[in-house]
Amino acid sequence: MGILDLFRSKPKNTASVAKDRLRIIVAQERAQRGSPDYLPTLRREILEVIKKYVNVDPDAVLINVERDGEHEVLELSVTLPERKQAGADGDDD
Amino acid sequence: MTEIIVVTSGKGGVGKTTTSASIAVGLARRGKKVAVIDFDVGLRNLDLIMGCERRVVYDFVNVINGECTLKQALIKDKRCDTLFVLAASQTRDKDALNREGVGKVLDELKADGFDHIICDSPAGIEKGAALAMYFADRAIVVVNPEVSSVRDSDRILGLLASKTRRAELGEGGVAQHLLLTRYNPNRVEAGDMMSIADVQEILGIEVIGVIPESEGVLAASNAGVPVILDDASNAGQAYDDAVARLLGESRPLRFVDVQKKGIFARIFGS
Repeated sequence: MGILDLFRSKPKNTASVAKDRLRIIVAQERAQRGSPDYLPTLRREILEVIKKYVNVDPDAVLINVERDGEHEVLELSVTLPERKQAGADGDDD
Repeated sequence: MTEIIVVTSGKGGVGKTTTSASIAVGLARRGKKVAVIDFDVGLRNLDLIMGCERRVVYDFVNVINGECTLKQALIKDKRCDTLFVLAASQTRDKDALNREGVGKVLDELKADGFDHIICDSPAGIEKGAALAMYFADRAIVVVNPEVSSVRDSDRILGLLASKTRRAELGEGGVAQHLLLTRYNPNRVEAGDMMSIADVQEILGIEVIGVIPESEGVLAASNAGVPVILDDASNAGQAYDDAVARLLGESRPLRFVDVQKKGIFARIFGS
């Protein structure tokens, strides 16, 4: 580092950016690891069935497999749209 | 008791073969009987790094196919009596390696009284890499302090925990170590490179060694002399420390702090 460098503005700390990005992606990939291969298909099919009755957003269906000791729990959560909307959608069926 | 150590990484070009060669030499010069096997079928390179490329007659695939004996294919190192190299085949046949064949070769090495078998994995997560790790007791995951290398290492750690013989048999899994290569303390201090602590925190594993970025590494591969034999280079010394730690010694990390410059260097730049 020379004397001229002292007058330049300090660049952003890229290492901490790298660390933050990695933390997120690694956590996400670890969560997916070890879950059964059929989950994406299961999720898509469930979504199709629900859509017959309620017009839900594709992101509204969440599927997770959690291990609880000896048991595996398939957790399924569907966020339904607000009432008003749901009523209007009823005509589509 | 033979210990099988896989040197792996996922990402290419991070220093797997350099590491395999130096760890093998380091163990052998401590009197251990060591075999180092190149699993990179089609892209053989360990022989070059070890400096025995002109002595390869038979390779790993020849042994598996019964075209020669294991003894004929093992190349005895000229520098260490107890070190043997098994070269990869240059065949383009992806299925040249299979689990049964690899298992047989490893069993024969065990029966021959080898203390350590180093499996130099190819890059990627395909068959060659999967076979290199399958029989391992221990894994050295080579990682550069760089985003893609760290991410790939995490994938490899996941595979080590599930797709290995030890994992399948429930024998307590494969012991995992990180080896950080191309580490540059100056860039870490400047905030341009992730630190040892950063990488350890993300991957959740302790480092067994940190190899500083060093001119010695290229010089060593140019010459076909594993860098650990270059006692003058920082990288060589750092590899020797890593080998000592593998054998249970505790040694502090070296070459991981910034070398303070004199006042003239500070003012006039370097």
